[in-house]
Amino acid sequence: MSNTNTTDERDLGRAGEQLSTAPREESATSVPAMGVIGWARWFWRQLTSMRVALILLFLLSLGAIPGSLIPQNSVDELKVQTFKETHTTVTPIYEKLQFFDVYSSVWFSAIYILLFISLIGCIVPRTGQFVGQLRGRPPGAPKKLTRLPAYTTWRTDAGPDQVREAALGILRRRRFRSHTVGDAVSAEKGYLRETGNLLFHIALIVMLVAFAGGQLFKSEGGKLVVEGDGFANTITQYDDFKSGSLFDNDDLAPFSFDLQDFVGTYERGGPQRGTPRTYEARVTYSEGADGETKKKVIEVNKPLDVDGTKVYLNAHGYAPVVSVKDGRGKEVYRTAVPLLPIDNNVTSTGAIKVMDGYKDRNGKKSQLGFQAFFVPTFAGDGQGTMFSQYPGLDYPVLALNGYHGSLGVDSGLPQNVYQLDTSKMKEFKDSNGDQLKKRLRPGETMKLPDGAGSITFESVEEWASFQISRQPASGWALTGAIAAIAGLAGSLFIQRRRVWVRAVRGTDGVTVVEMAGLGRSESAKLPEELGDLAAALHTVAPTAPDPDPDPDPDPAPETEPGQPAEESAEGAEK
Amino acid sequence: MNLAAATNENLANISNTLIYSSMAVYTLAFFAHIAEWVFGSRSKVGRTAAALKEDSATGGSAGKAQVAQGGGTALLERPKVVTRSAAGTRDVPDGPGAAGGTFKGDLWGRIAISLTVVAFAVQAGGVVARALSVQRAPWGNMYEFSITFSTVAVGAYLTLLALRKNVRWIGLLLVTTVLLDLGIATTTLYTDSDQLVPALHSYWLWIHVSTAIICGAVFYLGAVGTLLYLFRDSYESKLANGGTPGKFATSVLERLPAAKTLDTFSYRINAAVFPLWTFTIIAGAIWAGDAWGRYWGWDPKEVWSFITWVAYACYLHARATAGWKGRKAAYLALIAFGCWLFNYYGVNIFVTGKHSYAGV
Ligand code: HEM
Repeated sequence: MSNTNTTDERDLGRAGEQLSTAPREESATSVPAMGVIGWARWFWRQLTSMRVALILLFLLSLGAIPGSLIPQNSVDELKVQTFKETHTTVTPIYEKLQFFDVYSSVWFSAIYILLFISLIGCIVPRTGQFVGQLRGRPPGAPKKLTRLPAYTTWRTDAGPDQVREAALGILRRRRFRSHTVGDAVSAEKGYLRETGNLLFHIALIVMLVAFAGGQLFKSEGGKLVVEGDGFANTITQYDDFKSGSLFDNDDLAPFSFDLQDFVGTYERGGPQRGTPRTYEARVTYSEGADGETKKKVIEVNKPLDVDGTKVYLNAHGYAPVVSVKDGRGKEVYRTAVPLLPIDNNVTSTGAIKVMDGYKDRNGKKSQLGFQAFFVPTFAGDGQGTMFSQYPGLDYPVLALNGYHGSLGVDSGLPQNVYQLDTSKMKEFKDSNGDQLKKRLRPGETMKLPDGAGSITFESVEEWASFQISRQPASGWALTGAIAAIAGLAGSLFIQRRRVWVRAVRGTDGVTVVEMAGLGRSESAKLPEELGDLAAALHTVAPTAPDPDPDPDPDPAPETEPGQPAEESAEGAEK
Repeated sequence: MNLAAATNENLANISNTLIYSSMAVYTLAFFAHIAEWVFGSRSKVGRTAAALKEDSATGGSAGKAQVAQGGGTALLERPKVVTRSAAGTRDVPDGPGAAGGTFKGDLWGRIAISLTVVAFAVQAGGVVARALSVQRAPWGNMYEFSITFSTVAVGAYLTLLALRKNVRWIGLLLVTTVLLDLGIATTTLYTDSDQLVPALHSYWLWIHVSTAIICGAVFYLGAVGTLLYLFRDSYESKLANGGTPGKFATSVLERLPAAKTLDTFSYRINAAVFPLWTFTIIAGAIWAGDAWGRYWGWDPKEVWSFITWVAYACYLHARATAGWKGRKAAYLALIAFGCWLFNYYGVNIFVTGKHSYAGV
């Protein structure tokens, strides 16, 4: 490289200075000055450099991968359990590496916290720098405008002052920030690019903080409700409940709702027979302790929203209503018993537990338990299957077998309501000495042997289960997200560029106009825009008739050997 | 109800026929493209080598200037703008395209494009018929997703052509992948036309899935540009260092646009789509918030969208970082597209999550 070239570049460098606020790359190998402060400064400079930001971003995407391939506690604890049971060799390793909780693991947190420290360390000085740039003015023209990516020149009879004045007017009209320095006008446009970029990076921080806040303060619980029953939003009413570490019980919004009716429809025919088509939970609800009652249909994608707490429809199933008479013929039990679906056609299982009030023929207190198997659409007698054929209520059948004795509910241990603990119970036997079982249609009754009473399948209700969740700061997350997109668009679609117009009186008394443009990246738009600007200026300062018959028309006073050779148009910007 | 069902089935059959027909036409377009490349190979070009030699003869790094072409006679009225590439960048002209400037090659190229337009129209008809047969957005399963995906990719390519952008070089590769995509869609991914499970009933389906498809299709065009950039760049470096690339490589790569052009093309594409991809993820999060009660739950599909997003952000950062421009950034762009592909095929097929109810 020749000497002139280097000066040129330095000259250009000054003109291109501050065309962005991106940090200068420093060599990673530069040895820091001795001492703790020296090292700390070196470390900080490394952390906030673009190269380290790049590496951290890459690590972030790499680090997210295991969480998508290995079951996660935060997503599905049951799956994690199954995985641990089947993969006994890798489990201890995975546990050490926190691979079952990737997104809250120490190492994943370290990556993103470092990234965000780097981000803040990057944004703060950049913002300051940018404000400085906004206060200042575009730098003066470099000495040799011919070296710039887009350049044009012509000679005119208009005076230099007149040309500069006109150029200033044209540029300002196009919303360039422009001013005159010496013999040239300097102009700059596209500050929104930097604004957008800073906005985007700040929005990322807002989103992260909102997400983290949401995780810390959130609450989420499930509740199964049978048609006709209701729910009030207090902790004791939940079937299961999870919350963030900073959640407080008083955060629960006071409201309640009743499930009036659940409607499910299913595909009737075709290969997709049985695929759900609509699920609607019709509820009435009231806000506050005693607000007015309102109606709402909750669907899968349409939760009920009460003061930021959302009630989602999660699942549904059937709850056969059964009644039990004891040995003296007295009805001691009548309940809709929710059963859990075990397949797509809602074949369901569960347990019926008669705990209080039952007395046998001799008046002795006892408890009854029934294992229940329910199908909404029975295959028909003699088909040999007790699996449902269709999820709708076409031909409901309830199969029962019964036990008597102690349900074991008094032992103090929590019990699964859907399972029967028969360890302290005895089977009811039929006349052959086999276990008593029967398939019932609605309205049918199974008599218990030896005058022990009877159980009747009265009718069927449906149940729906709801997820009730509150995730604070989601409004902030959304705001951040929208700002991020707007900022990105500004950052990526707007070019920041500078234009210089120099007008000098040549030795022959004719004015030489030179215009040049510089952008952050080479773009086809830049020469186009310069061409438009030149055309506009040209109408004010038209080309002077060439007084000199010399075949070399080059008028530039600063002509040098590097002067562009005009090439065929082939390779020109398209 | 029965009558309606019959119409639906009819429409579904029409859709299938249209998709198969478009495959036939794409196959013809594929052969026309091959003919274009074959006839084009008979031209003598060697412009890259010549440009590079000339460059080193005149001392290289000064960078060469070119006169930007204005339009027609206006040129006489307005001052000419001279452009100059930055010092240190290789300055070689774009190749002449697959046809190599030969008349016959160009003719075949034009035939190929005409056939592509026809195939595109037929395929788009297939997608619309499918939508009508199910009376919803045709994006309920992977089959529907795939046929829409390649339709959009071809549509984007034809739009760029119509805007007179220099993109004819994509033709052969694009048609080949479209055939591959449709082949996989019709054989292994086919699902009978039917309606959606309630979880998918939402206008967010239109918003989120349509932008996801557009992003993927356009990212794909960017990835093709990046891939060809890598080949063309090593070809140019080899020439610049005085090496002689193989005959076949020369014939093919010589006709592509210059490495710099390809690089700029991919960058523009990726940068233009990145905000849309950001929007897609956010729209998905809003939908998830409505459907599942949390806007972000690290579901595999969500994780891979996030990974893809970060990978593209990485690429954009790399472009702005000294020492990472060029080939290194290009590898990042390919990795990012690889993530997108895995998110689409891999996650749907190998990983189970909340998104896998769409019947593959
Ligand atoms: C949280 C992770 C981050 C993401 C997702 C991200 C994303 C992006 C994206 C997409 C761009 C492209 C916009 C453009 O090209 O103008 C960009 C530009 C930029 N980013 Fe980041 N960024 C992150 C962190 C950082 C950090 C930590 C720094 C500082 C070290 C940084 C500094 C920059 C700079 C200076 C630019 C502008 C480059 C230019 O002017 O062309 N970013 N970022």
